[in-house]
Amino acid sequence: MIPPMTITEKILARHAGLDTVRPGDIVRVDVDLALANDITAPLAIKVFHALGVTQVFDPNKVALVPDHFVPNKDIPSAQQAKGMAEFALAYGITHYFRPGEAGIEHVLLPEQGLVKPGDLIMGADSHTCTYGALGAFSAGVGSTDLGVIMATGKTWLKVPPTVRLLYEGKTGPWIGGKDLILHTIGRLGVEGATYKALEFTGETVRSLSMAQRLTMANMAVEAGAKNGIFAPDPVTRDFMADRSQEAGVFLESDPDAHYEQSISIDVTQIRPQVALPHSPDNVYAVSDIPPVSLDQVFIGSCTNGRIEDLRAAAEILEGRKRARETRLIVIPGSPRVYLQAIQEGIIETFLRAGAVIGPPCCGPCLGGHMGVLAKGERALSTTNRNFEGRMGHPGSEVYLAGPQVAAASAVLGRTGGPEEL
Amino acid sequence: MKLKGRVWKFKDHINTDLIVPARFLNSSEEAMLARSCFADIRPGFSEEVREGDMVVAGANFGCGSSREHAPVALKAAGIRGVIAGSFARIFYRNAFNIGLPVLECPEAAAAFSDGDVLCVDLDSGRITDPEGDIALWAEPIPPFMQDIIASGGLVAHTRKGLGQRGFRP
Ligand code: SF4
Repeated sequence: MIPPMTITEKILARHAGLDTVRPGDIVRVDVDLALANDITAPLAIKVFHALGVTQVFDPNKVALVPDHFVPNKDIPSAQQAKGMAEFALAYGITHYFRPGEAGIEHVLLPEQGLVKPGDLIMGADSHTCTYGALGAFSAGVGSTDLGVIMATGKTWLKVPPTVRLLYEGKTGPWIGGKDLILHTIGRLGVEGATYKALEFTGETVRSLSMAQRLTMANMAVEAGAKNGIFAPDPVTRDFMADRSQEAGVFLESDPDAHYEQSISIDVTQIRPQVALPHSPDNVYAVSDIPPVSLDQVFIGSCTNGRIEDLRAAAEILEGRKRARETRLIVIPGSPRVYLQAIQEGIIETFLRAGAVIGPPCCGPCLGGHMGVLAKGERALSTTNRNFEGRMGHPGSEVYLAGPQVAAASAVLGRTGGPEEL
Repeated sequence: MKLKGRVWKFKDHINTDLIVPARFLNSSEEAMLARSCFADIRPGFSEEVREGDMVVAGANFGCGSSREHAPVALKAAGIRGVIAGSFARIFYRNAFNIGLPVLECPEAAAAFSDGDVLCVDLDSGRITDPEGDIALWAEPIPPFMQDIIASGGLVAHTRKGLGQRGFRP
């Protein structure tokens, strides 16, 4: 008899070639996809060379995505990007994305059908946990781990205990995945799930679109979690059918699986959320905070840079203009999202609203490129982190929210919700 | 292995943006990273830090991005060990992989101040000061991590494994 397991445990067991695993076990696993970006790949490539191997474990299972400092912002970043492109060519990496093909890694890979239910994905980026939305196990690692994975296709993992989040009830107006996850992080705290798996369950999540799920799994790491995961279902099946020949392996937790903790979340009471500086767990309903004026609003990133997010923002910005003193930056998460936004007329709506549209990339999310904040400036952003200095000068401030609150705040020139318009 | 060094004290939730601000990530050169270490929250750190110094911090050290530049910068700056109340998962793993020992000890941040001298025995997890007034225990390092340190980091550890038949990291 195989003891009951959670979905996370099942995926790890399968990739370790074991019948069963338990939290705390250290297992050696096969990796289905290894990912690095323009910041983390250069270090990983150094490690790869230091290992003295002559090929990557499987050129079809490595993805290299330039997205942080692209188009190259200065000479050092151009050197890094060049090194990555040369590596991709030399080792025949199938999934290397050139500028024009590339978008934000965590928007791009699911969109391209490179992530499947049941997969085990390791990426040299902390938001690799995003792919849990599809029912995969995915976690961030550093460049040394990734260099070793590129060489061997294997890594070791400690099986995490699982915390089950049970969402119940129907969401109110303007509530999306971002509001649910901000609310959740507010309850768990930034350390609340350190080293653990977060499993998103309950009737509410079954009706969430894949875009909403990706937003939620994306921010699991903001509670310290190793991975966040949704059991795949018909929504997942439809999403995969449009993108890949393979449906993946659909797994789910056994009914009597062991959870370290179960937390019920009644979503009916959740109002549009905002995380105040300088921590993603400093969460309130936007209508409950004293409004603050904003120098910049950013809509985009691996958290909220998908077409559904842009649509939600455009619906509010249609026929309206940003406040005079507030800059508005919109960055579609991938070329496909950009094209679709053009075809749907959304880009025109943004331009008429007074937005700057950037090329698909991380943009101002990490404060290095395209929309960096000055000292004392304040931004509201659909991104995932608002640590001190995250988007620029250490004396700047970041508020986090979903696309609807962001769009409304751009119009108001201050923090505020869509119901105020 | 025993370490002894001067303490640099930090608060809770020191994230990787504070260790190496993103604007310095256009390079992975160690000398550049060492210079950017704590540039915003402790200006002057990179000039004053001495080989063998230690970082003592509160909870959740190294949270945020997966950037290995953070432990690399600390090590390149001369830091030989980090003792914190707790660590973010990816930072913890990265630090061992590059051979920077890190230990979890929730009491250390209250016991040590900037400039104090701290002694730590990595094998036992014993943390003391030269006067013998402080005696704390850190969480022992998991055997798997000890293996990696003993080999000199993950690269050396993997090279060794690749040399043998049937690679086992
Ligand atoms: S959008 Fe922001 S959080 Fe996402 S991968 Fe890029 S820098 Fe990281």
